[in-house]
Amino acid sequence: MTNRIKIKSKDINLFYRDFQALYNINMDVEENRVTALIGPSGCGKSTFLRILNRLNELIEGTRIDGQVFMDDYAIYDKEINVVDLRKKVGMVFQKPSVFPMSIYENVAYGPKIHGIKDRRRLDEIVEKSLKAANLWQEVSDRLNSSAARLSGGQQQRLVIARVLAVEPQVILMDEPASALDPISTSKLEDLIAELKNNYTIVIVTHNMQQAARVSDYTGFFLNGKLVEFNRTDELFVNPRDKRTEDYITGRFG
Amino acid sequence: MLQTKLKEKMITVLFWLSALIIVGILIAVIGYIFVKGLAHVNLDFILEAPKRAGKEGGISTTIIGTLYLTAVSLFIAVPLGVATAIYLEEYARQKSRFAFIVNLTAETLAGIPSIIYGLFGFVFFVIFMNMGWSIISGGLTLAIMILPTITRTSQEAILSVPGEYRENSLALGASKWQTISKIIIPAAVPGILTGVILSIGRAIGETAAIILTAGSSLGMPLSLADPARTMSVHLYILAMEGLSMERAFGTAVLIVVLVIIINYLANLSLRRLSHSR
Repeated sequence: MTNRIKIKSKDINLFYRDFQALYNINMDVEENRVTALIGPSGCGKSTFLRILNRLNELIEGTRIDGQVFMDDYAIYDKEINVVDLRKKVGMVFQKPSVFPMSIYENVAYGPKIHGIKDRRRLDEIVEKSLKAANLWQEVSDRLNSSAARLSGGQQQRLVIARVLAVEPQVILMDEPASALDPISTSKLEDLIAELKNNYTIVIVTHNMQQAARVSDYTGFFLNGKLVEFNRTDELFVNPRDKRTEDYITGRFG
Repeated sequence: MLQTKLKEKMITVLFWLSALIIVGILIAVIGYIFVKGLAHVNLDFILEAPKRAGKEGGISTTIIGTLYLTAVSLFIAVPLGVATAIYLEEYARQKSRFAFIVNLTAETLAGIPSIIYGLFGFVFFVIFMNMGWSIISGGLTLAIMILPTITRTSQEAILSVPGEYRENSLALGASKWQTISKIIIPAAVPGILTGVILSIGRAIGETAAIILTAGSSLGMPLSLADPARTMSVHLYILAMEGLSMERAFGTAVLIVVLVIIINYLANLSLRRLSHSR
């Protein structure tokens, strides 16, 4: 059962000054699926993730060849407005980074900058987003207290609520559980499973068990190349490439 | 073994002594001033205008002059300094020649003695621009003087805002300016305030440069074009010309009190700001 293709990466090459970080990446990401990107440190998986919301552009000296299509829009076209793209493609980072403001203001930040001023509308969005991120129950009585006082796991779910508030279609996650304890991690994984009903998710993880648990598709990166891309159950049980097999059986990385 | 222990102890005592000396100096200076001056401070001293060149009456016009001049200089220097810091930290390209020059300029300006600024302000604002001895001449001169401090501390404050805030904000679809104005600057405000406090201290304490640019008139400064005397200038003239040592000490007490009040208010707003997050 294959879904519609949401994101299509075509021959993506990324150079960081003289260093080439990605080589000819071709990948189809299906809608309402979780796609995991695995591989050893420095293999290019996070760099590729940042291709999808054009966040690599923030680093001076980055040059990108190739094209990425999202719903047939070429996101590296000159006419594409990066702000619109990033509204559609949310991102959750490795370290939960809540803004130094209240829980409410954190979630309302995105909608506010996108022009929503009506207080009642904002209240609705905040509640809906916190509920979708499975955080509402824990914080509904202290929305105006500082977000910094939440635990690490709560902060990461708050960050997800903040992303959801902008109503994206795609959510990128860059090792979202690496700073979390096992219980918070398992809550996060449950959340990912729920979110994929409404969103397309691409997740970078260094934890192969996690990739196997949460994802439908997995891509294995090595030295800037996409070595293998397949259904997760196939890739982990029946890797086609020797290097994939070596990696998932723990022979290196 | 025993020797090392003894050595450690001696070193600890040495550092403890240096710390004690600092406290001692503070108590000695403030104590001496208060003992000598407090008796002359009363409501009339604060609210009355000086009479007979300061031998009689209070110091009300110099308090107003001090606040007026400090406010004008901050009004000019804070926006300019913060904007420069934002440019340098957020907009300038790394290793840009212009940013390098601006940084070097700010550093150099910070090291120039205040009397040089006074001389420049006198020649440029007072005479060349024909502004005369006035609040505006003095305010502009003071503004130039404190600009490097405000720029530097604002840069430090912006630099210390975690880079993740920027990434997260931009990834939510915020523009660069939205990120700077809604996330970076609010997070940097405590650090920026530190620079402002330092600058206020410098502005209140300045004398020579102010005599050269704002004059030393004892009249009540009303408009920006009026000359003014600050409390520090008043203290200097009272003591220097032997007009009244009692009043000089009384003025000193009020200067110290004013600085303490400003520090307290700044700390309060700082704490309130960091509490709301």
